[in-house]
Amino acid sequence: MSEFFQHLINGISMGAIYALVALGYTMVYGILQFINFAHADIYMVGAFVAFFSARFFQLSEHPHWSWLFIILAISTAACALLGFAIEKIAYRPLRKSPKLNILITAIGVSLFLEYAGQIVFGVDPKLFPPLMPESTLFSIGGVDVMSLDVIILGISVFSMIGLHWLVYHSKLGKAMRAVSQNSTVAAMLGIHIDRVISFTFIVGSALAGIAAILVGMRYPKIEPMMGMLMGTKAFVAAVLGGIGSLPGAVLGGMIMGLSEEMVVGYLESTYRDALSFGILIIILIFKPTGLLGSRKVEKV
Amino acid sequence: MANLLLDVDKISIQFGGLKAVDGFSLQLHKGELAGLIGPNGAGKTTVFNLLTGVYQPTSGSIRLAGTTLNGLKPFEIARMGIARTFQNIRLFKELSVIDNILLGQNHRTHYGLFQTIMLGQQFQAEEANMRAEALELLQIFKLDHKMDHEAGSLPYGEQRKLEILRALATKPKLLFLDEPAAGMNNSETAGLMEVVATLREKFNLTILLIEHDMKFVMNICEKIHVLDHGIKIAEGNPKHIQNHPEVIKAYLGTDEEMH
Amino acid sequence: MKRPLIVLAVLLVLGLVVDQAFNPYIQRTFDLVIVNIILAMSLNLVNGYTGQFSLGHAGFMAIGAYASAYLSSKFPAPTPMIPHLLFFGFYSMVGGLLAALAGWLVGQPSLRLKGDYLAIVTLGFGEIIRVIILNSEALGGARGFFGIPSPTPFSFGDFSLNPFYSFYVVAISWTVVCFFVIYRLVHSNHGRAFMSIREDEIAADSIGINTTQVKVRAFVLSSFFAGVAGSLFAHCSNFIAPSSFSMLMSINIVIMVVLGGMGSMTGPILAAVLISVLPEALRPLQELTGQDYRMIIYSLILIVLMLVRPQGLLGRQEVWDLWRKSRGKSAS
Repeated sequence: MSEFFQHLINGISMGAIYALVALGYTMVYGILQFINFAHADIYMVGAFVAFFSARFFQLSEHPHWSWLFIILAISTAACALLGFAIEKIAYRPLRKSPKLNILITAIGVSLFLEYAGQIVFGVDPKLFPPLMPESTLFSIGGVDVMSLDVIILGISVFSMIGLHWLVYHSKLGKAMRAVSQNSTVAAMLGIHIDRVISFTFIVGSALAGIAAILVGMRYPKIEPMMGMLMGTKAFVAAVLGGIGSLPGAVLGGMIMGLSEEMVVGYLESTYRDALSFGILIIILIFKPTGLLGSRKVEKV
Repeated sequence: MANLLLDVDKISIQFGGLKAVDGFSLQLHKGELAGLIGPNGAGKTTVFNLLTGVYQPTSGSIRLAGTTLNGLKPFEIARMGIARTFQNIRLFKELSVIDNILLGQNHRTHYGLFQTIMLGQQFQAEEANMRAEALELLQIFKLDHKMDHEAGSLPYGEQRKLEILRALATKPKLLFLDEPAAGMNNSETAGLMEVVATLREKFNLTILLIEHDMKFVMNICEKIHVLDHGIKIAEGNPKHIQNHPEVIKAYLGTDEEMH
Repeated sequence: MKRPLIVLAVLLVLGLVVDQAFNPYIQRTFDLVIVNIILAMSLNLVNGYTGQFSLGHAGFMAIGAYASAYLSSKFPAPTPMIPHLLFFGFYSMVGGLLAALAGWLVGQPSLRLKGDYLAIVTLGFGEIIRVIILNSEALGGARGFFGIPSPTPFSFGDFSLNPFYSFYVVAISWTVVCFFVIYRLVHSNHGRAFMSIREDEIAADSIGINTTQVKVRAFVLSSFFAGVAGSLFAHCSNFIAPSSFSMLMSINIVIMVVLGGMGSMTGPILAAVLISVLPEALRPLQELTGQDYRMIIYSLILIVLMLVRPQGLLGRQEVWDLWRKSRGKSAS
């Protein structure tokens, strides 16, 4: 039974992280109807920026929880900046082009980040330093709940609440929703489309930056290809929940995290990575709009 | 009643909370030239989409010469003899003019993979036939000399005409035209009227068209159906429609156009 | 029937020159160029002419590679020249057919999806195929499949050709077949149907074209040739592993098609040659810096291409169209 609780905690922890990355995919898809293949690689860059910053500040010698927030801020800012730059340089000029072209560009950016990462950061995995002292907070059902898990969940929930406030209770969020529903009319109403799109990328990438730190704390081994695996799973999570839907991304992320944990715990761990593709194919064949998504009717 | 070609019986469709078309019925008899009019947003193109299988009605039935069309896919309905043009012209813009026509003939022409690869007799004969037929069609609108031009490079009016020709290439029994006169000036519209009448004769067609140009509709249609907010509000010959109070109300402010 | 035979004859003669004039290392590059040409032409059928973005081509290549490798290891081809080559041709055909079957199975459900979704699903299937092979001990699993026999060299009395030529005969024959099949198909009703889907699927539906069936047809044919290419790859490499057929390989092929021009036959051929030769051209740089810049250059090619020349090198034209145009200009 305690094993089950351990898996549950792990699943929720990972699920929250997947949700953060999935939110980035879904936000960009909602506003541009395009899958940003490079999103997960932005996440990877965040992890490495954090790693090098931590090394620079020699954090491993005195882990303290305040450092966590500083590194978090650095990583988030780096990712936000990168996301903004990519959108401006590579995607914006292609906005009027056929969808296929921007997809190819996104693949190009993704590959570029991965392989440039290998050259700049080195191919071999690095060990992410502990950012805060580890401690057991309490026990439930015979399982120790680590402060790590609580922090991860806490930061994730806080980020999601922040996002919710941004999208549903701020002027910019209203603009984002307007553009995702009908960009032509939004433009006519005076909404600055370019700025809104940039902002969407900034926010989505920032969430990826947060996720990068959380992953680094949980699974300290980081390497330039880490984006690939995360990207697949988070993307599947977004599709599972309904691409374009924010609550869908969170739901999808949690399901992804929990089911993955259960598969690893009770089945073969080699199937873990195939699980995401399996879920993807099933969803796309039976309910392509996802659990919470709605069917967009094409105007003929 | 033996002449009844299309029997549409109280079809409806709902998009989310909005009932775009509600209980719409219509009968088309063989050789008829009918019009579907209504203010913008009335649901006219939605009706076309329902009749061609792009949308499935949530209730009601559609029958073509007795066969039920409900549940069939658009390409199946097209193969049964219904062809259409689109409000926003859907030509194969980067293909040539003649390729667009040849594509209309595609579903009627069959030569196998092997024939094609080996450039066999049947392949060559069929291709020659198709091209000859295509040229004949293009000559109707004097587009034959532009046969190798890119379809998207044609002026707007010619693009509309090409779309009609492509629909004709499928050898339909029933032709749906969605705003064929859009973007045309008076003399072009007059010319189109003549052509539509000729086409009906020549190809034994039954035609239903959507139009906003009232002069066109009143002059050429034998029967007119009026749609407003998804509901049919009137049906009858042009004179009857022109004086119909409901129709005038629906078009409030534009009744000058009706005469 | 005449033209392809003439082209084949010319290429066979050219092959003799390559066989005798160049060293095995360069010959190996030729082998890969041919494989890549078939891969690019076949993917172009789906991505270029039909406008469907498939990212799983490597999966079908893998099926062809492993199937034919297994067959030719278990049932080695007889030694006399003609039967020998016919066996290899047959094994690659079987590889192609199995890949085509897989294409049909994958295509049926997937091709109802549009754009991004199709890309992801085909990517997924490609990975699943790779993972299945990875987990099959009978096929060597992660370690790979060793000892795949190559076609033995021709010999006439005292004189013998290099092993290269035997492989070349089978490979170039397939290339010619692939080219002419696709070329002729494209210039027919079938090809027009493919292109109508690329241009406007709704319009294609409205004129009676069964778009799903047409897409599946393109997909199956494309998978067939991917399987053939895979089996050729297996027989010139003598060793294959699942890692050769990863997402990266699929992306490599996509790069060839995009660079060459989607909707052209000769464009992807040109691009395949360029991409195959690029690693060699980059070798001095690699030796200098100790780093492999290939992927970075590929990714930059993709990004820059989309910004500056999205239609690729040739767009929808063929090499001879460009030649005609330049002659037309000089004549006037």
